[in-house]
Amino acid sequence: MLNEEKIKELKKFAINIRIESMKAFGNLGFGHVGGSFSIADTLAVLYGDVMKVDPKNPKWEDRDWLISSKGHAGPAIYAALALKGYFPLEVLMTLNKPGTRLPSHCDKNLTVGVDMTTGSLGQGSSLAVGVALGHKLDRRNNYTYLILGDGELQEGQIWEAASYAAHAGLDNLIAFVDYNKKQLDGFLVDINKPFSISGKFTSFGWHAQDIDGHNVESIYNAIEEAKRIKGKPSVIVLDTIKGKGWKYCETAASNHHVTVSKEQMEEAIEELKKQLEEVMI
Amino acid sequence: MTAIPTKNRIEEDKEMRVAYCEALMDLASENENIVVLDADLMSSMGMVPFSKKYPERTFNVGVQEANMIGVAAGLSATGKIPYAHTFGPFASRRCFDQIFLSCGYAKNNVRITGSDPGVTAAFNGGTHMPFEDIGLMRNIPDITILEPVDTTMLTDLIKQIAAPFGVFYIRLLRKNAIKIYEEGSTFEIGKAVKLLDGDDVTIVATGIMVDEALKAAEELNKKGIFARVLNMFTIKPIDKEAIIKAARETKAIVTCENHNIINGLGSAVAEVIVENYPIPMERVGVNDLFGEVGPESYLRGRFNLTKEEIVKKVEVVLKRKERR
Repeated sequence: MLNEEKIKELKKFAINIRIESMKAFGNLGFGHVGGSFSIADTLAVLYGDVMKVDPKNPKWEDRDWLISSKGHAGPAIYAALALKGYFPLEVLMTLNKPGTRLPSHCDKNLTVGVDMTTGSLGQGSSLAVGVALGHKLDRRNNYTYLILGDGELQEGQIWEAASYAAHAGLDNLIAFVDYNKKQLDGFLVDINKPFSISGKFTSFGWHAQDIDGHNVESIYNAIEEAKRIKGKPSVIVLDTIKGKGWKYCETAASNHHVTVSKEQMEEAIEELKKQLEEVMI
Repeated sequence: MTAIPTKNRIEEDKEMRVAYCEALMDLASENENIVVLDADLMSSMGMVPFSKKYPERTFNVGVQEANMIGVAAGLSATGKIPYAHTFGPFASRRCFDQIFLSCGYAKNNVRITGSDPGVTAAFNGGTHMPFEDIGLMRNIPDITILEPVDTTMLTDLIKQIAAPFGVFYIRLLRKNAIKIYEEGSTFEIGKAVKLLDGDDVTIVATGIMVDEALKAAEELNKKGIFARVLNMFTIKPIDKEAIIKAARETKAIVTCENHNIINGLGSAVAEVIVENYPIPMERVGVNDLFGEVGPESYLRGRFNLTKEEIVKKVEVVLKRKERR
């Protein structure tokens, strides 16, 4: 159970992830705002409390791993890593700039604290299964967290990996589905209906939970429940809003990859700062 | 490197897949990080003995090659040294994006074996007959592409590639090879082996075409033509030095491969020649065709993978050389 103080801290962390990544988007003029903002609360719970990591020793062998198969959530992850102390916040301003160590999609060889290179949707799922298997072989007592996009579930490779993860009984693998209902071209229901995501995973042999993906307490509790489940991998389906935290983006028809003017950036940051104040009350 | 060509080129008793499995079991006994991955072809690949001896280090994921490659890459990120294997088309084009990104681009440490190259897929037919795997793999930066010619070379190479970090593609003849090297021979990755010396023409060959090249050289010898034969078992990185030397000294080259002539060994050799020492060159290989079913002997003829074709191409290249 999280205490009130911790809940506040995690809520603040999530908003700060949005603020810091918004600065990077604004500085660049565009970016994957929608999918970065929808996953911010989960990143806050992971990096703010749950994950066993050490920013001073990012390659620590017994650490928990985070693999974002939706590699385009990179900017939110970079903000979380910077806020956590992996590198200075100023580095976030180099997002996608020539020679940067912060590319739009996650790259373990460029960014300190990023555990896996992803970007071609679907592939992070198998990579996470391999990592979890490797840790089982080494009898490590750690977890591999995998973030999947809801549109990404249309990739067949996800289900290959899901099938084998369950077969191998990978209870050290906890996946999240950022169910923000939208993919690049529009709503999932209009393009390729997801039907029951947790139902699909359950039928593949996973433990599945459906929760509010913007409630840090629910996210925390779901992870705790997942850890109690032995002999099978767990998935937590996050009911989220694409672009969460910035009203303009939440309601925009197309919000996967958006342009961000300096004015919009300032507006969004102001909006987010108000949310920060509300948390503090 | 001491590679000793045998004088007695006969079909080997031991299948290549048996040697492959034995080499991996030797490696596994010395290094606990060696792991293997199968995609429901464990029996075909001869890997059952490994799975019995090292069940916890064997991951047979079932019929899912893309996942197999991704899982291999993930395992390598935790320090394991994975060898993933299946039939050539499934080990290359079926999961090309996974090899390119999850292995290559992500800088993971993975060995991928694609078996039954080209016409050796025989009765499995066109769907299983990779004439393009080398071509696909050549486009992956930093990859090493190897085509071991017999069990002696296979054993040496499989063991050698356990230590270096990177992505390796091994084009594996699965059944019995023709013995080319004496036991105990060792090889240097990236260095071609000169099997025969000669000054009139150089035949550069890989895989099952090495024996054909040597047979062709014997035929040519009877006609007073002295061919140099190079076994270019590393297709990438290609041995530029040996190619340029051959171009300079023999002034004519014929390449031979059990693969499409587009983007395979012939292309790799041609790239070196045109940029360094342009001389006449001809390619023996599959002339941009899909595979088909049949006995290997029939397919070798069907796709012109014969010593007769090599002799013919040598005669053509020598005419071009004379005209210069």
